[in-house]
Amino acid sequence: MKYVDEFRDGELARVLAERIARAVQPGRSYRFMEFCGGHTHAISRYGVTDLLPATIEMVHGPGCPVCVLPIGRIDNAIALALEHGAILCTYADTMRVPASGRSSLMRAKAEGADIRMVYSAADALRIARENSAREVVFFAIGFETTTPPTAIAILEAERAGLANFSVFCNHVLTPAAIANILESPQVRDIGTVPLDGFVGPAHVSCVIGSQPYEYFAEEYAKPVVIAGFEPLDVMQAVLMLVEQVNDGRHEVENEFTRAVTREGNTKAKVLVAEVFELRRSFEWRGLGEVPYSALRIKGRYGRFDAERRFGIVYRSVADNKACECGAILRGAKRPKDCKVFGTVCTPENPLGSCMVSSEGACAAYYTYGRFRDRRAA
Amino acid sequence: MSAVKKDYVRPIDFKGGRVDMSHGAGGRAMAQLIDELFLAAFDNEWLRHLNDQACFAVPTGRMVMATDSHVVSPLFFPGGDIGCLAVHGTINDVAMSGATPLYLSATFILEEGFPLADLQRIVESMAAASQAARVPVVTGDTKVVEKGKGDGVFITTTGVGIVPEGVDVSGDRARPGDKVLVSGTLGDHGVAIMSFRENLEFETTIRSDTAALHELVACMVDAVPGIRCLRDPTRGGLAATLNEFARQSRVGFRIRERDVPVKPEVNAACELLGLDPLNVANEGKLVAICPPGDAERLLAAMRAHPLGADAAIIGEAVEDPHRFVQMETGLGGARIVDWLAGEQLPRIC
Amino acid sequence: MCLAVPVRVVKRLEGDDALIDAGGVRKQVSLALVPEAREGDYVIVHVGYAISRLDPDEALKTLALFAGMAQSPT
Repeated sequence: MKYVDEFRDGELARVLAERIARAVQPGRSYRFMEFCGGHTHAISRYGVTDLLPATIEMVHGPGCPVCVLPIGRIDNAIALALEHGAILCTYADTMRVPASGRSSLMRAKAEGADIRMVYSAADALRIARENSAREVVFFAIGFETTTPPTAIAILEAERAGLANFSVFCNHVLTPAAIANILESPQVRDIGTVPLDGFVGPAHVSCVIGSQPYEYFAEEYAKPVVIAGFEPLDVMQAVLMLVEQVNDGRHEVENEFTRAVTREGNTKAKVLVAEVFELRRSFEWRGLGEVPYSALRIKGRYGRFDAERRFGIVYRSVADNKACECGAILRGAKRPKDCKVFGTVCTPENPLGSCMVSSEGACAAYYTYGRFRDRRAA
Repeated sequence: MSAVKKDYVRPIDFKGGRVDMSHGAGGRAMAQLIDELFLAAFDNEWLRHLNDQACFAVPTGRMVMATDSHVVSPLFFPGGDIGCLAVHGTINDVAMSGATPLYLSATFILEEGFPLADLQRIVESMAAASQAARVPVVTGDTKVVEKGKGDGVFITTTGVGIVPEGVDVSGDRARPGDKVLVSGTLGDHGVAIMSFRENLEFETTIRSDTAALHELVACMVDAVPGIRCLRDPTRGGLAATLNEFARQSRVGFRIRERDVPVKPEVNAACELLGLDPLNVANEGKLVAICPPGDAERLLAAMRAHPLGADAAIIGEAVEDPHRFVQMETGLGGARIVDWLAGEQLPRIC
Repeated sequence: MCLAVPVRVVKRLEGDDALIDAGGVRKQVSLALVPEAREGDYVIVHVGYAISRLDPDEALKTLALFAGMAQSPT
C-alpha cells in the first residue's frame, strides 16, 4: 500500500535506529510521552521499543478516548438503549468498556438492548432514516479527529429534518489533556516523574494543526514533535526530540509534514465551531474533572442533543480500587506496576479502561509486549 | 385387471416454496423432502438403502472421528457457502490427524420459513464438494424449528477416517527446533466474509479459500511420515492455532512476519477494517510442524500440490516456559502473537 | 481513535462522496472535510471521512529524512 509500506520499511528502521543510538548522550536518560492511541498501538505492534536504546523510555499518555471515558457515561449510554428503548449506534471500540455492575454495552446487547456497531456517523444517520418510528442515538466519542464527522451528521440531520436522531456527545480535547498532565503534581515537581518531551498526535493534528502545541512548548519548556502514524514516523520523531533535548531547545516540530500544516483543516474547525461549544468541566476516567476539556452541542442544535432530549443525569462512578488506570494514563505508572495487570485484569476481563481498548497502554502491552518482563533469565 | 394407479404427488416447489413444520414431522412431507432433495443430491449406495443408518466395512487401522457445526452468516459468500464449508471443514478436521477421510454424515436444523431455493442451492453445493473430494455423505437427519428459533439453517457434519500405520500427528508433539510451515496465504476466508458484510468492493474479489485438504495432507504424510502436528487455522486464525500448539506441546514459537504469506488485498482490507490477518479465519489452509531436517522436503511436497502452491516456512518451535508465540515484525522489532480477546470486532482505533 | 489509512481518490461521486482505493480495496467515503481533493489525490480517511490531503512531495522529503539525507524540517 502506497504511503504505508514505505513508512514501515525494515531497512530504513535499521538506519533510523543507528542514528538514534548515535544521538543519545551517554549517561543521560530520555522520557517521552506519546499522546495518541494510534502511536501506542504502532509502537507495540511493530516492536519499536526493540529498536530504541535502553536510555529512551516511551510513556503512554491519555490519548485513547475510549480509555478516558468515565464509567458513568457508559452507564448513561446503556440506559439510553435499555431504559429509553433507543437504537444506540456506537463505534465497536466502546462495546467492551466495563460499566457499573459488571455491565457493558456488549452485555446490555445480550440482554436485549438495541445496540448497533457503526463505522461512521453517516451510518447512524442512515439507521435513523430507516427507522423513523424509533429514537436513534449516536454515541459520539473521540478527540478532534472524530468530532468534525459528528458535526457534519448533526448539520445533515437538521437539513433533512430528521425528528428521531440525536447525539450523546463525549468529544474531548487534546490540548486540555496535555495541560492536565503537565499540571499534575508529579510532573510539575521536577525530579519525580520528569517528561522530556511529547510525540504529538498524528490525526488530531491534521485537524487542529501544529499551532495549538506552541503554547505548551513555550509555557512548560517541553519540545513537541508531531509524528505521522507509521512506526518510522515515530522513530524519526524520537530522533528529533532527542536532538531538541540535547540542544536545550523546546520547539514545536512537525515530522508529519505530508499531512499536517500549521493551521490544520480550516473547514473542519469551522464546522465544529458551528455545532459545539466548550463544557466548563468534564470528568475523564483516571484524571478526574478536567476544565474546558470537552465539548457539548450548542443550544441552537439542542434538539439533537441526547442529554437534553432524554434528560440524562450523569452520576460519577469510582473505578475499582485496585485499578491504576489513572496513574497509567498520566504516565506516572506502567502497566506492570498495576497489581491486577494480567491477572484479574486482562483483555477478556478488563477491570479498567486501559485494558479494553486495543490502544490502551495495558491492552497494547498485554497483547504485544508482556513477554518482555517474563523472558527467561 | 386394472393396473395399480400411481398416486399423484405434487413435486416440491423449490423455486418459491419454504420450509414448514411438516418437513420435520416424520411424515410424508418430510419423506418427500428427503427424497427429492437430499437423496437426489447426495445419491450413493448407502443412501439408496433408505435406512436410518449406514453400514460399511472398516479397513484395519486406527479410526478417527471428527465433528463440526456450521452457523456462518452470510450463508452465501464469494468462493463458497455454508454447505461446502460444512463438507470441507469436517474432511479437514479428520485429515489433520493424518487420516484418510472415508465417510460423512450431515444433519440439518431448518428454520420454519427458510426458502427452499436456498436449501437446494446449499445441498447441491454440499453434494458437489463431497463428490469432488470423493468422501460420500452416507447418512443424515433433518429437523425443523419454529420461526425465530433458528438462523435459517444450522448444519452439523461428522466424519470418520483411518490413520495409516507409522503416522502419529497430534498437537502435543512439537519439540524445540521443529519448523513451522503454512500451506498458503492467510486471512482470505475471514476477510471475504467481513468484506462482503461491510460492502467493501475489490478490484479482484477476495474469495473464501474453502477447500478439502485431505489430498494435500496425503502428499505431505507421504513425503514426511514424521510430521508432528497439523491443524487448519479456522476461527482465531494462525494466532489461535500456534497458541494451542504451544500450550499442548509446552513450547514457545518464534515466527517472522515477512515470511508469513498474505495477499496484498487481504492486507489492505485488514488495514481498512482494523483487523490483524493473523487472527482471521482460514478454511482451506493448514499449519504443519515437522522435524527441522524434514522442512525443505515437506515444503517441496506442499508446493507441488495446487492447494499448497504458496506454502512457506515461517518459523520454529523453541524452549519457552511461558509458551509465548513471538514474532519478529517487518520492522525488525519483536511482539507476541496472542489469542484474540473475545469476539473479533473491527476496530476504529 | 486513530485508525486512519492513506487512500487514493478514484472517482468523485454524488455530493461529497467519493470512491477510494487502498491497495486494491475500494470503498465509499466522504470528502466533505477535504472538498478540494481531486481524482488521483491521496487523502487520509478516518471513520468514513477524509481529514487531510497527502502532499506527495512532503512524503518523499520525509522518506529521505529517515535515511538521513536531509535536514530536519520545522
